Amino acid sequence: MDLSSINPILFVAGFLVAATPLIFAALGELVVEKSGTLNLGVEGMMIIGAICGFATAVETGSPLLGFVAAAAGGAGLSLLFAFLTQVTLANQVASGLALTLFGLGMSSLLGQSYVGVKPPRMGDINFGPLADIPVIGPILFTHDIILYLGFVLVAATWAVLKFTRAGLILRAVGESHDAAHALGYKVVRIRTLAIMFGGACAGIGGAYISLIRVPQWTEGMTAGVGWIALALVVFASWKPWRLLLGAYLFGGITQLQLNLQGAGVAIPVEYLAMSPYVITIVVLVILSRDKSAAPACLGRTFHASS
Amino acid sequence: MKFTKLLTGAALALGLATGAYADGHAKTKIGFVYVGPVGDGGWTYEHNKGRLAVEAEFGDKVETVFVENVAEGPDSERVMTQMALDGADLIFTTSFGYMDPTINVAAKFPDVKFEHATGYKRADNVSTYSARFYEGRAIQGHIAGSMTKSNIIGYIGSYPIPEVIRGINSAFIHARKVNPDVEFKIVWAYTWFDPAKEADAAKVLIEQGADVVLQHTDSTAPQAAAQEAGNVITFGQASDMGQYAPFPRVSSIIDDWAPYYIARTKAVMDGTWTSTDTWDGIGPGMVGIGEISDAVPADVKAEALALKAALADGSYHAFTGPLNKQDGTQFLADGETADDGTLAGMNFYVEGIVGDIPQ
Repeated sequence: MDLSSINPILFVAGFLVAATPLIFAALGELVVEKSGTLNLGVEGMMIIGAICGFATAVETGSPLLGFVAAAAGGAGLSLLFAFLTQVTLANQVASGLALTLFGLGMSSLLGQSYVGVKPPRMGDINFGPLADIPVIGPILFTHDIILYLGFVLVAATWAVLKFTRAGLILRAVGESHDAAHALGYKVVRIRTLAIMFGGACAGIGGAYISLIRVPQWTEGMTAGVGWIALALVVFASWKPWRLLLGAYLFGGITQLQLNLQGAGVAIPVEYLAMSPYVITIVVLVILSRDKSAAPACLGRTFHASS
Repeated sequence: MKFTKLLTGAALALGLATGAYADGHAKTKIGFVYVGPVGDGGWTYEHNKGRLAVEAEFGDKVETVFVENVAEGPDSERVMTQMALDGADLIFTTSFGYMDPTINVAAKFPDVKFEHATGYKRADNVSTYSARFYEGRAIQGHIAGSMTKSNIIGYIGSYPIPEVIRGINSAFIHARKVNPDVEFKIVWAYTWFDPAKEADAAKVLIEQGADVVLQHTDSTAPQAAAQEAGNVITFGQASDMGQYAPFPRVSSIIDDWAPYYIARTKAVMDGTWTSTDTWDGIGPGMVGIGEISDAVPADVKAEALALKAALADGSYHAFTGPLNKQDGTQFLADGETADDGTLAGMNFYVEGIVGDIPQ
């Protein structure tokens, strides 16, 4: 065992990258759930985003366009969910699960001709002298633009939810759709927009895996990140900053496990693989004492006639 | 994934059924079960190249079918059963984890011939075949040991099975031979094919100082990670992975299954097929060494090629004593070479490797 071989600076920089897909996917889902809808299709929207982004980046040669396409693809798929749950009033849990299965199948179909292709690389942002600052430089200033966009999005979501009228309306819809409806807000429209935002975020998260973290396309390559994102929203008790913390915790565990193996510490892989879920269960138990955390209308179907 | 597999399974069943009735089973039908997608650029890609070579060789006389992304375990048993029911005469199952499923299905279809890659269980209608990848690993170890500056070589293992452990030992022995200070860092990915995980593992090894990354997993993700890091060398695994040449990929181990697949198909056609155990190396050509790129210094390249020649003509064995096991007990006496039985069941590290094999 030789823990000194783990370079803490690179370790931290590594898990910032590992956490980014989680941040996007979970943040999108947070907004969706804040509006009172439970979309379990995060995994499906992520994988669709991964292939849409990958294919577009390969065809156009521009990774940035890839991310735009990924957001569009994720949002497009989420519209299906919005139609099922908001218009036809289908069960949200079942629709979400179906969305995941559909996304996985659809993405392998779309990706047939992209297996083994190398995507264009996304360059890191050049911060000039900032990157030379010891310790902080390599950790914070050597990444790609999407990673920083993740930070900004967390801050923006927090600010919008907390300080703006739009955020207040979104939360009102999530807490009591009947009251919001009585006040004249278009509940279905607001929820559909929230669902599309969630889909776009999940799509970007997926594309981050296929374009930056790996970078390659393979079937099922999101490998459960969407499910961790769902757990993460609960873990964060629907608070953006806590979500950021949780994403680093969950993302860090994977990195930690590989680092420990490299350093010669034999920890059974299975324990670390299940730890995010164990932590989430523990948090759920603690949270259950405080009923106020979850949006009151989460998962409930709304119809104007009720 | 399950869903798509189901769909491909159903489509395959349909296609096979109609095909079999149409031509009255005049063609020899050969099935292939793959653990990854044919586009993985590594292991499965090469098996599929072997399949295409069979088609090219026999033309209309054969019909080949394959199913990709078949999980090791019960799923594979269903796929094989379906293939056998649909009239396959010969089925190649191309991953270690298909071993027991192959034996189980073979017992139910005594008239169908099975060929299982990298396993050790045989039956009257089950042959095994594998390549002596460890001979290629010896050459990799030699180049890696000569070229590393940090003296740390990273190794991405898939599962702790004899085939993989053999490769680690072989690479280590030959790296140490040219560079006594060399150390191996081994990370187990517990997958044959998961690009995200393989990329993460490669990055972690590079962060921990490795400037050579050897992989025993099937995707090109570690190559991409090494390319990004800039000063790390890698070797193509199972396939040439030439798209990453000349740097970071400086050489490769190529599995050439085509001659074997053609010979076995011929044997089935002629009715001369018997259960055999084939284990060929560089000599017969089942293991190929991809072009050693110019990133390798000329003298190292010459030594590597000499080592390759010696392994090929049998004048040198990759496991030649004196060698000790990790715990210090004797493995091979001076000049003694390891027999195939020992190699096939290898479950220990040689002396000098740090760490334990996960159980």
